[in-house]
Amino acid sequence: MSPAPSDTATSGRVVLVTGGSRGIGAACAAWFLANGDRVAVTFRGEAAPVAPPGAAQRFLAVRCDVTEPAQVEAAYGEIEARWGPVEVLVSNAGITKDTLVLRMGEDAWHEVIETNLTGGFRVAKRAVAKMLRLHRGRIVFVSSVGAFVGLPGQANYAASKAGLVGMARALAREVASRQITVNVVAPGVVDTDMTGALGKTRVGELEAMVPLGRVGLPADVAAVVGFLASDGAAYVTGTVVPVDGGLGMGL
Amino acid sequence: MDNEAAFDKFKECAVEVLQVPSEKVTMDARFAEDLDADSLDLVELVMALEEAFDVTVEESELEDIETVGQAFELVTSKL
Ligand SMILES: NC(=O)c1ccc[n+]([C@@H]2O[C@H](COP(=O)([O-])OP(=O)(O)OC[C@H]3O[C@@H](n4cnc5c(N)ncnc54)[C@H](OP(=O)(O)O)[C@@H]3O)[C@@H](O)[C@H]2O)c1
Repeated sequence: MSPAPSDTATSGRVVLVTGGSRGIGAACAAWFLANGDRVAVTFRGEAAPVAPPGAAQRFLAVRCDVTEPAQVEAAYGEIEARWGPVEVLVSNAGITKDTLVLRMGEDAWHEVIETNLTGGFRVAKRAVAKMLRLHRGRIVFVSSVGAFVGLPGQANYAASKAGLVGMARALAREVASRQITVNVVAPGVVDTDMTGALGKTRVGELEAMVPLGRVGLPADVAAVVGFLASDGAAYVTGTVVPVDGGLGMGL
Repeated sequence: MDNEAAFDKFKECAVEVLQVPSEKVTMDARFAEDLDADSLDLVELVMALEEAFDVTVEESELEDIETVGQAFELVTSKL
């Protein structure tokens, strides 16, 4: 492991956003950078995401597939070597593999559960180990309105996203005595690659169901994640905050 | 490792994890009452001890542990 370069920032909270390479995760990373925090994002592809202008010293891209325990450990190791323990974790990495239950192979079931639910468990467990010592910390899981309304074709996805809620609440109780909060955001229809895969017609149908009359932007979700990680949310734990333009009306 | 060296090492872990002065870490100190440690503290301490002594402690073995002496015996019995 390379030693921390001398041009790295030494102040600002240490934030890790999984799946920060694009979509909602990238918007969260941008939010925390704008807030003055130091932000690490995970990526899997060939090209590492680059820091926004002026934020190079507070930005770190770490290669990490959340389904690989060794990569999760290595990612935390790299962040800790550079900046110290993670104080804010946004567990956002997620995938869909939509198909009707009748046609859903066990591989499609396991892949989604492994990434969305077990991946979340894995990154949170590793973060908590250090947060306990700090006696502070913020964890935000990115679930989905789909966890509560159960769209057809998303049995695996809905199960994984509902699972995050139960896990978050159990964990919230376990770590509450250390002033670590654990919360969940449940986005509705947000304009990202994931939604793009649904096709224009389907997105149009979903949009028509949104009381606020538009699909969400990644930044809409990031603002709520940022709030849950802020001092203003110090007394909020174990909760689910929908960010869905009213689609689920509080579900 | 003789007993005294082992206890010093144990003490170091306890001082760091529980954030108590080392003179409070005596054989008959009770975790809850004397060291103000809750169940999460104990889990953390056990994890630190496992690493320091290179042993594995099962969850079930912790059930009746109330004092430093009991925890110390449990760990050293595995060396
Ligand atoms: N878009 C929506 O409408 C919507 C609604 C509700 C909830 N959500 C949730 O919001 C989160 C972000 O979704 P998005 O819409 O921003 O999707 P996206 O644009 O498809 O981005 C997904 C992100 O997750 C990462 N990822 C996927 N599998 C991973 C793995 N095994 N290890 C590490 N990273 C992995 C991707 O990294 P790579 O770049 O390496 O692939 C990417 O950064 C997901 O959990 C999703 O379920 C989205």
